[in-house]
Amino acid sequence: MYIKRAVLGLAIILSSATFAVAQEEVSKSTADHSKFPILQKDFQSGPEVTEACLTCHTEADDQMMHSIHFTWDYEHPETGQRLGKSNVINSFCGSVAGNEPRCTSCHAGYGWDDMSQPAPQEANAKDCLVCHDKSDQYTKLATGAGHPPMQAKGKTITGKDAWAVDLKKAAMSVGMPDRDNCGNCHFYGGGGDNVKHGDLSSALYNPTHDVDVHMSSVEEGGEGMVCADCHVSDRHEWAGSRYNVLASDPHGTGKPGEARHAASCQSCHGQEPHPTNIKGLKLNDHTDTLACQTCHIPEYARGGVPTKSMWDWSTAGRLDENGKPIHEDDYVSSTGQHLHTYLSTKGNFDYQEDAEPYYAWFDGQVEYTTYDRKIDPSNTVDINVIHGAREDGRSRIWPFKRMEGRQAYDTVNNNLVYTHVWGPTTDTAFWTNFDWAKAIDAGMKAANKPYSGEFDFVDTYMYWPITHMVAPAENAVDCVECHQQDGRLANVAGVFMPGTNTNGPVGLLGKALLLLTLMGVVAHALIRTFSRKSKGGHHD
Amino acid sequence: MTKRIVKVYPRFERFWHWMQVVLIMALMVTGMGLNGVHSLIPFGPAVMLHTLAALALLALWIFATFWLFTTGTWKQFIPKIEGMVSVARFYAYGVFKGEEHPYEKIFWRKHNPLQAATYFVLKWFIFPAIWVTGLLYLTYNFWAGSNSVVAITIIANLHLFAAYVIGAFIIVHIYLLTVGHGFRQHVKPMVTGYDEIDLTPEQEAYLETNEPGRLKPIKR
Repeated sequence: MYIKRAVLGLAIILSSATFAVAQEEVSKSTADHSKFPILQKDFQSGPEVTEACLTCHTEADDQMMHSIHFTWDYEHPETGQRLGKSNVINSFCGSVAGNEPRCTSCHAGYGWDDMSQPAPQEANAKDCLVCHDKSDQYTKLATGAGHPPMQAKGKTITGKDAWAVDLKKAAMSVGMPDRDNCGNCHFYGGGGDNVKHGDLSSALYNPTHDVDVHMSSVEEGGEGMVCADCHVSDRHEWAGSRYNVLASDPHGTGKPGEARHAASCQSCHGQEPHPTNIKGLKLNDHTDTLACQTCHIPEYARGGVPTKSMWDWSTAGRLDENGKPIHEDDYVSSTGQHLHTYLSTKGNFDYQEDAEPYYAWFDGQVEYTTYDRKIDPSNTVDINVIHGAREDGRSRIWPFKRMEGRQAYDTVNNNLVYTHVWGPTTDTAFWTNFDWAKAIDAGMKAANKPYSGEFDFVDTYMYWPITHMVAPAENAVDCVECHQQDGRLANVAGVFMPGTNTNGPVGLLGKALLLLTLMGVVAHALIRTFSRKSKGGHHD
Repeated sequence: MTKRIVKVYPRFERFWHWMQVVLIMALMVTGMGLNGVHSLIPFGPAVMLHTLAALALLALWIFATFWLFTTGTWKQFIPKIEGMVSVARFYAYGVFKGEEHPYEKIFWRKHNPLQAATYFVLKWFIFPAIWVTGLLYLTYNFWAGSNSVVAITIIANLHLFAAYVIGAFIIVHIYLLTVGHGFRQHVKPMVTGYDEIDLTPEQEAYLETNEPGRLKPIKR
């Protein structure tokens, strides 16, 4: 009897296993690009591959032409500011203008070497492979204006020694973007791993569950999601913007089956994400003031990759006695990696790992201190201003990485300046010549902007909304982290929070009342004891 | 007038009292934790416990109110000026001289005038203040708009103040149990239900006939 059952069980297991295998054999996609003769060619350049792609995907280049990944130009719908990488100045390497072939190595196109012109308009100047390569061996040269390395010379965009990419293999492998397609650029923003964002690092290629519940593998207990699962695309435009953020999402999940093009937590988790019990109800009460990220991303730069937290350009240019650039590597990460704390080319740095965010009301609007804005150099200048206040009803308290900077500005015109830092062959580039006067002059010329010729350095803050690296629920920020005196949200205005001010006027009054009562009772008892021993007296 | 051992606190009243003790203690300890006075209980569990204890206490009060009005016991809590001065004088002076308490507990009036006045203020002002503000506090998100910071600040502070007043009451309440016959003697009736009461012959006769269970037989 038992044997019969065991045999039957085994048979069921085996048959279901074969069924599963058979299922996997059916391709998810209706097209296997390795079978397309037009892709089975020994391509000599990136644009050649793009031409082949466009023979079938006839509208792709037009879609890409309007995408911010290609234009690096963005007109803010609410403030009207002209933003995008081609315009803004940040507190990292400063600006793209003046440093094109280095910075445009991460452009989703080929050959953009002059920021004063729009990105190259030719149909084959789009880089299809950087997003769609699935062979994991396509890359871009760090200094090649977006072109891939065709020989083992130089560095790649992730800082590795370059190799000769196999364009045929890459072209035949194409599919939908996964983590490395996005991460090879976005994890390395600012010139290195996690330098810029704080919540986007190489730790997310294959994160553990405690680093990211969405992107960790199913075996890890995660969801195995890739970037594009949240950053859904429509016509090569992606949900999720750092200039115009969906800071609160009252639309929620939408109607059943409704396609939502929003990279918000609410688009999947809805407006009342916590379970309907007495605890969940109280937690749901917080969603009108807090972004999900505020509790569910307790720290950023988790997973062993530090983020740059301070960059002081003013100290750059110090050379050794032989006139050679120097470096100091005094920061040691949790994984034992030594990181630069001083470079002659870049100045002083500091880093943070598992860092507690800075919190502020945020309605999603980010205004940049572009070169045309006057700054007040006597104060710390906000490179980007985070808008929002409690009263507007759509702001939420958000977590940010607050980057501290010290960078060059024009002391006569009081504006931030573009700097020409990269340029191995020019006599003006700072990283080659260590001369700020020349580097700023050349940067402003490259950006085609007026410059007085006088400069100094100013302290800056730059704010980066934290939204990735969502931790498991049990690691969410504990109530008491905020509900205590000088808690995490102590500096956020317009908030009443229980437990933060036990010694307010009423608290002190109450404590005084208790104290006086106790003193009265004790005094009464003492007088009773020391006066004639009480014998009578009924009742309380 | 005869002194008899009479059941003055029926079972429900004793249950009411001791449940209040437990729940108010829970509310005091958790509430002080939430206010930041101490950090003995983690904030999240303290919120849960505070909420559950408050809801239980509200339910208890609804039953108690029903009981007070259906049994007529509510009359016990109506304050009277008469005799209040002599009780106040006793606590402020006479008690030190070893005088007898001026108030004799009678069947329909188990509280002395000062006690009755205290309970009147407590039941009509302080308790309503704490549960009205508490409910508003708890249901904040049902009524609040984005400009309700001032409202919730006032509500929370009223709630806190009422809590401190109740705290002061508890201190005095417990202390006064030690005055006179002593703590054990004073707590005992609230445990057993029985206390020594002066009964008029009419009351004694009524109880002997109609509610013999409330009278303990006279010891020979």
